[in-house]
Amino acid sequence: MGDKDTISIRTKIDASPDTTGDGMNHSTVPVTPKRIKIETRGVNMYYGSHHALKNIHLDIFEKEVTALIGPSGCGKSTYLRLFNRMNDLIENVRIDGAINIDGKNIYDKDADVVALRKSVGMIFQKSNPFPKSIYDNVAYGLRVNGEKSKSKVDEVVERCLRKAALWDEVKDRLKTSAYGMSGGQQQRLCIARALAVDPDIILMDEPCSALDPIATQKIEDLIEELKHDYTIVIVTHNMQQAARVSDKTAFMWLGELIEFSETKKIFTSPSQKMTEDYITGRFG
Amino acid sequence: MKTLFKSGDIFLWFTGAVLGVIILMVAGLLLVVVLNGAGVFWPSAVVEVRTKAGQIFMGEIKAEEEIPPGSLPENMQDESHVRIQLKIGNRDVYGVDFKWINYYELAALQYPADALCIERMEYGNMYGRLIGVKNDGVYIAKGDNAWPSFQNLAEKSTDLVRERIALEKKSIGAINYEIEQLRLRKKRLEFYNEGALAELAEIDRQVSEKQKSYESLMLKVTDLTRRAAEASVVVEIAGGSQKELPLSQVVRFYQPNQMGFFAKLQMYVQKVWEFLREDPRESNTEGGVFPAIFGTVLMVIIMTLAVVPFGVVAALYLREYANQGPFVRLTRIAVNNLAGVPSIVFGIFGLGFFVYFCGGSLDQFLFAERLPSPTWGTGGILWASLTLALLTVPVVIVATEEALVAVPRGARDGSLALGATKWQTTWRVVLPAATPGMLTGVILAMARGAGEVAPLMITGVVKLAPNLPLDGTFPFLHLDRKFMHLGFHIYDVGFQSPNVEAAKPMVFMTALLLILIVLLLNLTAIIIRARLRKKYQGSTF
Repeated sequence: MGDKDTISIRTKIDASPDTTGDGMNHSTVPVTPKRIKIETRGVNMYYGSHHALKNIHLDIFEKEVTALIGPSGCGKSTYLRLFNRMNDLIENVRIDGAINIDGKNIYDKDADVVALRKSVGMIFQKSNPFPKSIYDNVAYGLRVNGEKSKSKVDEVVERCLRKAALWDEVKDRLKTSAYGMSGGQQQRLCIARALAVDPDIILMDEPCSALDPIATQKIEDLIEELKHDYTIVIVTHNMQQAARVSDKTAFMWLGELIEFSETKKIFTSPSQKMTEDYITGRFG
Repeated sequence: MKTLFKSGDIFLWFTGAVLGVIILMVAGLLLVVVLNGAGVFWPSAVVEVRTKAGQIFMGEIKAEEEIPPGSLPENMQDESHVRIQLKIGNRDVYGVDFKWINYYELAALQYPADALCIERMEYGNMYGRLIGVKNDGVYIAKGDNAWPSFQNLAEKSTDLVRERIALEKKSIGAINYEIEQLRLRKKRLEFYNEGALAELAEIDRQVSEKQKSYESLMLKVTDLTRRAAEASVVVEIAGGSQKELPLSQVVRFYQPNQMGFFAKLQMYVQKVWEFLREDPRESNTEGGVFPAIFGTVLMVIIMTLAVVPFGVVAALYLREYANQGPFVRLTRIAVNNLAGVPSIVFGIFGLGFFVYFCGGSLDQFLFAERLPSPTWGTGGILWASLTLALLTVPVVIVATEEALVAVPRGARDGSLALGATKWQTTWRVVLPAATPGMLTGVILAMARGAGEVAPLMITGVVKLAPNLPLDGTFPFLHLDRKFMHLGFHIYDVGFQSPNVEAAKPMVFMTALLLILIVLLLNLTAIIIRARLRKKYQGSTF
């Protein structure tokens, strides 16, 4: 593991139109070969004696949106936080198995956590801008990486705010406190902030759970936009949201991965009874 | 009754009442201090009384009270009688400043328009009537001409006195300092036995040169002193005897019964200004308290500079880096208990550790030639400030820890998720967000430190410091110097001065000033905190 050969190029699983089984013609979906970005291989995780993730195998493809759904406490957020090793901050956690990003196991002993977190951005459930100005929030990632050139920082800040569809709303008050923004704006600021360090992967942990429908709509549009350049993994409680924004969906239950497939398939003809029960609201 | 308890209304009333009592106590304390202190400098009217026994006194009425029946003659004990306290001044004549006079014994009480009050350099106030002005022992003005001539000459004499004081403080002070430095250099050369004879001779030559200029300056001073004392004023004090007073002894003179409200107000402001700006006189019971103000403020600043980094770093380690095990818990308990140790214990520790150990060692290594007279191995403003810093460090640690805990987890996670290291996160996100909370700790520490007296008394505060710790001679900030402090000033003037009764108003005034300074220092910190909070508007502190 960790050498180039393991980066497997495969054709997109379940991409052929007939597998969706709805009889509709899906030939408009371009069938392009996608590369696996994140491989999860037999991951188990324990909080003390609690077995939080049970033998997970999962492939996340490049430049796609992968949604993780499941009832509260099923381990989907915990799983998400493995990808940028945020679980390292919690005491008493044990992880085995491997998570390979671009073929490299990020849990190797010589893995560089700081570099990993630069390439794997994260958006949190509750928007968490720093107590600084809007500008300084976006510039933060650059500055901790030692970027000194003002023009470079200016350029990146503008580009990221534009990408996060926030530029037009805040360009006249870049130097004011980020706390003066609305909840939805704050969340988009966090996205811009994550983009500034130029990641490949963006992790989103229920990014819209604290937002109203209009702000949610904006974030979802943004996800749609961002997936052309980034691999996105999103945890959500909102199944409509998963259906709207994701290409693939994984259903988890009590730390196990129950089903992982094309979003369309999960929501129209799930292969597991449990998935169907959850989606139709019979439990969870 | 049961529902009354159940609803909790009664407890609401109880809590409100307790708060009310606290506010009343604070307001009462301030009121007492202000009422007693603020009137000190008001030029009050001078009365002249004649008793039935024929004694005449002149002075200011300071108090009025009912005579305790026990001190009344037997036949008068059924009625209530009043007595007045008169500040009669003229301590050189009467020996005391105050006199109680029973009202029923008075034959006459009047406010003579020509009553004169003179503030003197020594012996307190003089009350009387102006007779004339003398120059070289000869009357140059008498009667009606006396007042303008007095004003005129007093001004000249004041100028001469000022000139003399400036000369003494600046030029002579500088020469003395230089001579002292030369003496120490010579001592050093002799001590280390490295001085070539030529060098020693050179120093001796320089000293004798300085000595010469010192002597010529002293001649000037003597001349100024003589000229200032040439003119004198003759005053008739109550009862008829006359006193002659050299004009150089006059600080201020006025005829209060002729002054209007605005004239009095002007004099009041002048006196307050003098109180704030001048050095003390008469073993601190007169004059100003400037050195004490300066010492207090400087000490609090040095203390703050020492305590803030120390406390913040300690709290950072305790909260952010240390493993939260039993050892850290124990440390935290110890820190909290440190706040409860009596301040005098800190004073003794400061004396033992800072003054004798640190200062003594410094002297051993750096200033061995000056021993046995200590340089750092004696109380000074640095040691006193460090002792107070030690005393207040628990406050800062506790407040900083609270502030660090209050920084939302999201902010830390957000920073770490961007690839910042733990240190970068702490420095760039956590610390700025915790600053307002930390400043609360600093405010509490300053308030505690500024009011503390006991530990200072053994680590560097003195009744009268000849020099400020900050002046024009290199290295400008003299941290080894002893200093004056308002808190100690209150103790000293109020309880250690030879004339407690006369000094009482000064004590209140000094207390008021100390409260104001603490308030001012706190206000500064509060304004900074408010600004920071505004900057981090919406954050959770």
